[in-house]
Amino acid sequence: MQQLLYAAEVSLNGLTTGVLYSLVALGYVLIFKSSGVFNYSQGVMVLFAALTLVGLQRGQVPFAHLWTAMFGTHTYFFGWTLAPAIAVILTLGIMVLLAILVERLILKHLVNQHPIILFMATIGLAYFIEGFGDLLWGSEVKKLDIGLPVGISETVEAWTAEWFGYGFFIDRLDLFAGLVAAVLVGLLTLLLRYSQLGRTLRAVADDHQAALSVGISLRLVWVFVWSAAGFVALVAGIMWGAKSGVQFSLSLIALKALPVLMLGGFTSIRGAIVGGLIIGVGEKLFDFLAGPIIGGATENWFAYVLALAFLMFRPQGLFGEKIIERV
Amino acid sequence: MKCARLTVFAALFAALTAPAAMAELVLPWLSYRTGPYSPGGIPTGDGFADYLTLINERDGGVGGELIRVVQCETGYNTARGVECYEQTKGENPLVYQPLSTGITYQLIPKATADKIPVHSMGYGRTAAADGTVFEYVFNYPANYWDGASIAVNHMLDLNDGSIEGKKIALVYHNSAYGKEPIRTLEELSKKHGYSLSLYPVDAPGQEQKSQWLDIRREQPDYVLLWGWGVMNATAITEAANIRFPMENFIGIWWSGSENDVLPVGERAHGYKALSLNGNGTDYPLYDDLKEYVYDPEKFSGDGSSIGTVLYNRGMYGALLTAEAIRKAQEIHGVSNITSVMMRDGMENLVITEETMAGLGLPNFGPAFEVTCENHGGPGIGWVSQWDAHAKEWNFITDRILPDKEVINALVAEASAQYAEEQGIARRCQ
Repeated sequence: MQQLLYAAEVSLNGLTTGVLYSLVALGYVLIFKSSGVFNYSQGVMVLFAALTLVGLQRGQVPFAHLWTAMFGTHTYFFGWTLAPAIAVILTLGIMVLLAILVERLILKHLVNQHPIILFMATIGLAYFIEGFGDLLWGSEVKKLDIGLPVGISETVEAWTAEWFGYGFFIDRLDLFAGLVAAVLVGLLTLLLRYSQLGRTLRAVADDHQAALSVGISLRLVWVFVWSAAGFVALVAGIMWGAKSGVQFSLSLIALKALPVLMLGGFTSIRGAIVGGLIIGVGEKLFDFLAGPIIGGATENWFAYVLALAFLMFRPQGLFGEKIIERV
Repeated sequence: MKCARLTVFAALFAALTAPAAMAELVLPWLSYRTGPYSPGGIPTGDGFADYLTLINERDGGVGGELIRVVQCETGYNTARGVECYEQTKGENPLVYQPLSTGITYQLIPKATADKIPVHSMGYGRTAAADGTVFEYVFNYPANYWDGASIAVNHMLDLNDGSIEGKKIALVYHNSAYGKEPIRTLEELSKKHGYSLSLYPVDAPGQEQKSQWLDIRREQPDYVLLWGWGVMNATAITEAANIRFPMENFIGIWWSGSENDVLPVGERAHGYKALSLNGNGTDYPLYDDLKEYVYDPEKFSGDGSSIGTVLYNRGMYGALLTAEAIRKAQEIHGVSNITSVMMRDGMENLVITEETMAGLGLPNFGPAFEVTCENHGGPGIGWVSQWDAHAKEWNFITDRILPDKEVINALVAEASAQYAEEQGIARRCQ
């Protein structure tokens, strides 16, 4: 019985962790679904959004290290701090600006190019944003504090202790992330499925040239989806940054999103969520059951094994579009 | 006209090809200022560079020879670290500081073959403490196995000399680095009667929920942390989440910098970590650094890490290197020493309390002697505790000696195995 309770606790935590993976995966899905581009830089966008948020909130001087090296200014802070809400709004503005620049400087020149060219461009973009973020805000570890709930949920612990005789651990931040993800997914689904904008995005994803020929502004669509992915990156950056500080390893969180995408499909928002939940629960349960036997540290590789196992039966992922090409 | 041009070209050619008027002592620093581990790599590199800048600016180098630090970016990537070694070894370097256990493992056979010393201060291959097998590798003043033993000795101190029946958990980076203390902790568990459970975490370590759920269920008395980078802050956060008592959570010296606790905020209050060297800026040396390095703006980086744990560690590494150069010059009677001479300097290094005080860092590091047999030093360390309110590390113990009886036996066993595998004949006979 005790083992069952432990397994239930592990599964519950797997679900909440899966939501956090889904938040990162959502950014990939948005861009891929709407423009057919696999955005390699999504993980770095998570980092950049979090760095910008903390930088603005703390009143950091942008490019302070550069000014110091060039002019010996040694001024790193303006001396004021911003309210979290204002910092979030400003960061969102910067992510939109980034989307506009990406469209103007990169995507515009690659219209109708082969997807691999666009993919390669996003690899270059990832390295650029990472270096730019370092130059802009510095590479030291930063604390992200915008008043999110953290620590064990004592309510859940007390309830489960009363019902089962064992208090479950759930991180309040994870619960909050689940709530945010649910709202986000709801909004995005409504937008993409029932709005004219959603139909426009799908048309662009299907065929750039055909979309252009019927008068769809490809550039506007790209700016929109990259802005939306920037927004999702900001949400993911806040959640992950609140867990372990804002530091450059945040970009590596993308590694956790890849099995989610493989499993859920690259074109489905629902797939990103369900994929995240399956990966989260799967890796946690496997580590719980097999970890003691095989020595632990199974989560990283098991997520990929699980995704590959699904691919054997559904190559397009759980909710991906089945592509049938007639010869 | 033609003659004049020829003369100018000849002069230029001569200037470019003539040996430099003053030789330099080259010290490569395999840095990582970019990527996920840069928050650890930058302050350590800055401390190393600033100390040597001070030596150049104030003293005109060591023994009249200026020191040139050659930085090569590894990104904490082992393959790139090896590339850096190959790139820089042509500059006649005196000693390598790999700043990564993975890179150190790769460089040991290469550097030994090239007769260039490797100094992995407080990291690297622990068995390298045996100088009879590892001729060119040094890991003084302390190594991981010393660290494991210091942590256990601290627990013994807290429990009136007995930790029998206690449960100790090790949360470790699932790499060569993180696995280093396991054998020592297992040996010590036989001696002291505690039980040890292991919790590996794959790099980078941002997700540790499984490990900490398990720890919450198992309720160990103490948790040891052997992490690096984001893994440390995540582990401390998760420990706080499950309300694990911070005073029973002890990190190795690579899990005890400001980077590891500041992101966790107030909840990191009371977390403990081992220390190899002094903290803060309250040392006379800092007056000289201010005068010769900081005020004239000759410091490395942006100066924001001055006095932090890792900055001081980098500075300590530079100090020990400079003193080894001085020793090598003294032994061989020349100032422009080679890497082989540097090895002699390192092998005969003597650091006393007076040396440290004379260098402006009293009580900053232990007094010790390196010998042909012992490349590992005394293994002394301290335990420091994080005060989240004051945002500072405070030493809470006197110097703690490791259990050398256990560790020396393990070093002898591991080095004998290495010697056999590599066909190395023992020296120092």
